[in-house]
Amino acid sequence: MSATLRVCTAAGCAGCGGSALRERLAAVLAAAGPGAPASGLALKGVGCLGPCSEGGLLELESSAGRRLFGGLTPEGVEAVAASLANLGPDADLASWAPPGTRPIDLEQPFFRLQRRLVLEHCGRIDPESIAEALAAGTYGQLRRVLQKDTPEAVIEQVRRSGLRGRGGGGYPTGLKWATVARMPGREKVVVCNADEGDPGAFMDRSLLEGDPHRLLEGMAIAAWAVGASRGFIYVRAEYPLAIAHLRTAIAQAEDQSLLSAAIAGSAFSLQLELRVGAGAFVCGEETALIHSIEGRRGVPRPRPPYPAEVGVFGLPTLINNVETFANIPPLLALGAEAYAAIGTANSGGTKVFSLTGDVRLAGVLEVPMGTPIATIVNTMGGGAPGGHAIKAVQTGGPSGGCVPADRLATPVDYESLQELGSIMGSGGMVVMDDTTSMVDVACFFMAFCREESCGKCIPCRAGTVQLHALLQKHLAGEASAADLAQLESLCHMVKDTSLCGLGQSAPKPVLSTLRHFRGDYLALLRPEPGGREVAP
Amino acid sequence: MSVHTLRIDGRDLAVPEGTTLLQAAREAGIAIPTLCHLEGLSPVAACRLCLVEVEGAGKLLPACITPASEGMVVHTATPRLQDIRRTVVELLFTEGNHVCAICVANGHCELQDLAVSTGMDHSRLPYRFPDRHVDLSHPFFGLDHNRCVLCTRCVRVCDEVEGAHVWDVGWRGEHCRIIAGLEEPWGAVDACTDCGKCVEVCPTGALFHKGDTTAEKQGEPARLQALVHARRHQQWDP
Repeated sequence: MSATLRVCTAAGCAGCGGSALRERLAAVLAAAGPGAPASGLALKGVGCLGPCSEGGLLELESSAGRRLFGGLTPEGVEAVAASLANLGPDADLASWAPPGTRPIDLEQPFFRLQRRLVLEHCGRIDPESIAEALAAGTYGQLRRVLQKDTPEAVIEQVRRSGLRGRGGGGYPTGLKWATVARMPGREKVVVCNADEGDPGAFMDRSLLEGDPHRLLEGMAIAAWAVGASRGFIYVRAEYPLAIAHLRTAIAQAEDQSLLSAAIAGSAFSLQLELRVGAGAFVCGEETALIHSIEGRRGVPRPRPPYPAEVGVFGLPTLINNVETFANIPPLLALGAEAYAAIGTANSGGTKVFSLTGDVRLAGVLEVPMGTPIATIVNTMGGGAPGGHAIKAVQTGGPSGGCVPADRLATPVDYESLQELGSIMGSGGMVVMDDTTSMVDVACFFMAFCREESCGKCIPCRAGTVQLHALLQKHLAGEASAADLAQLESLCHMVKDTSLCGLGQSAPKPVLSTLRHFRGDYLALLRPEPGGREVAP
Repeated sequence: MSVHTLRIDGRDLAVPEGTTLLQAAREAGIAIPTLCHLEGLSPVAACRLCLVEVEGAGKLLPACITPASEGMVVHTATPRLQDIRRTVVELLFTEGNHVCAICVANGHCELQDLAVSTGMDHSRLPYRFPDRHVDLSHPFFGLDHNRCVLCTRCVRVCDEVEGAHVWDVGWRGEHCRIIAGLEEPWGAVDACTDCGKCVEVCPTGALFHKGDTTAEKQGEPARLQALVHARRHQQWDP
């Protein structure tokens, strides 16, 4: 009987023994004699299987259905391999349980409430095999639009779908495409921003590691729609596995004439290059990213002109995030109306989140836009462990803010989170339990921004240093009410005057915690010299 | 070429298309403080001192790069802007080591002038006293990082006007500093032509002639502007 064993070899599980297990099992399978249960087993290394906190993960799919196992450790690899090698000829793989692992219920809300469009093939296919990607239907939409569609019609589909930039800004994707398409000039560029840098964000990494061909297809469709013949994927150097898989995927796609010249037999060509970042968070800002691609110092410049007009090497440039591009093939497959119907009125489609922090089940999940935060962190994530209550959920990383526990009914979409003083962000969702000091959280993010400021403009370069020092003063219990007032006013000054998004949003974690958790700050103030209590 | 009419601080002005808000204001005698900006060099909009309020814009705009457009209503000196400018100057003073009394540029320093014009008689933020060094390796000039405000005028004048690109910015954030060559001692960089333009455009005492002592350095941005004008219009008579 045939069965498929999928071993998660994405960055998290690879460290839990996933990669070693795949190698060992490959040896077991090679040595298995005819008739042995292992001889009928297909082995695959796959991308993220979802609940990373349960890793290392492996999934066995047989006639009895899919079964997921977690808790693999590097030390347990040998036992799993030995168990498989020693299965008797009459043993049934469908009932085999890898020793040292625990079964994970695939019917629980974490899996059941997901709507996987972007992550459709992630964890299912071998990311290093274009044959598996093709068999799963990847590049089908690219072929179809090249043969049967016009660029205008595709852009119109994207516009009507309500898809908005998944990097966090939420700019309407169709409008961005239409703007670049309308720019004069024969040469245009398309850029994928894969410089995911928010602490607690690993959605894009999971997608790049698990299904790189999905991104390439989305980028190729975008390039064709806006009239670009050059493309860049800007990926951070801290993602070595994603880089390796992308390199493999690009080479495979070029071999199959799905990239480079005469794509899928059409007149369309796209030269795609990988650019590896050098470890600067600010290079996720689009103008800094452009400078970095050009080989210059990665610092932002004022906009306008926007990249759609003056981008890479001065050419009109379309910049989208990994997840935005990866949404394109399923969007076109479903059709704009069906895609829009998945989300809310203002935000169509799904959103991938990386759920992490004080939560029972952490990992990567994809839900329809408009899903309440409580559904994600409580129902799907299982709430805070250890009998603690959730105090806040941080979204949007250092550019975002904290949603307090009493507002977790808020649906995830761009507007609702903005109203709360946070942002959707790229999809990092950090859960914090009731032992968390929100001043400590704000201080952590300010330290991050201080370290990552490029230093070009004064408010961000020197302001983040002063803000960080003020927050440390609070944490040390040495701050006065005057310091708190100064913290607040300097936050507004840095937010209003900084040159780019990094500086403009650096004070947001402070301002949002001041808004929802002012008591945390007041509790840290030192008593007034006259013994006067500070009014809350 | 068309002409735009706009209102700055209650005054109606007519300026040619392409004029920046800073140029329009200065022509009309309205002073907007600047530091990184220098006529003759490319604008970088980094110091944020020239931010102005434009009605309907939603956010503050840097006057040095924002083109004047028809019907704009601009405010350059609201209480909010004045407080922002004072804070910017405080941030500059606290992040470096600026001691006017012993500085070559005392009395001729743009940072000092900014402190006076923005009313910064003391800093509300604590001084950081960073540990910075001095580069005296060049035969004629010196670079005192303690006094550097990272306006990048030296970087731009060397690259755009002299064409030598001796200077650049190294590191990032609070650790940023002006570097010569590939982070070498200034005197070891062969590309330097010893022209001294960087010293002339430096707004503070960070770049100086070695012979100068307290209060003896005077910046000469007018020389740069004359040179840029002469090149642009091919008029070399003084």
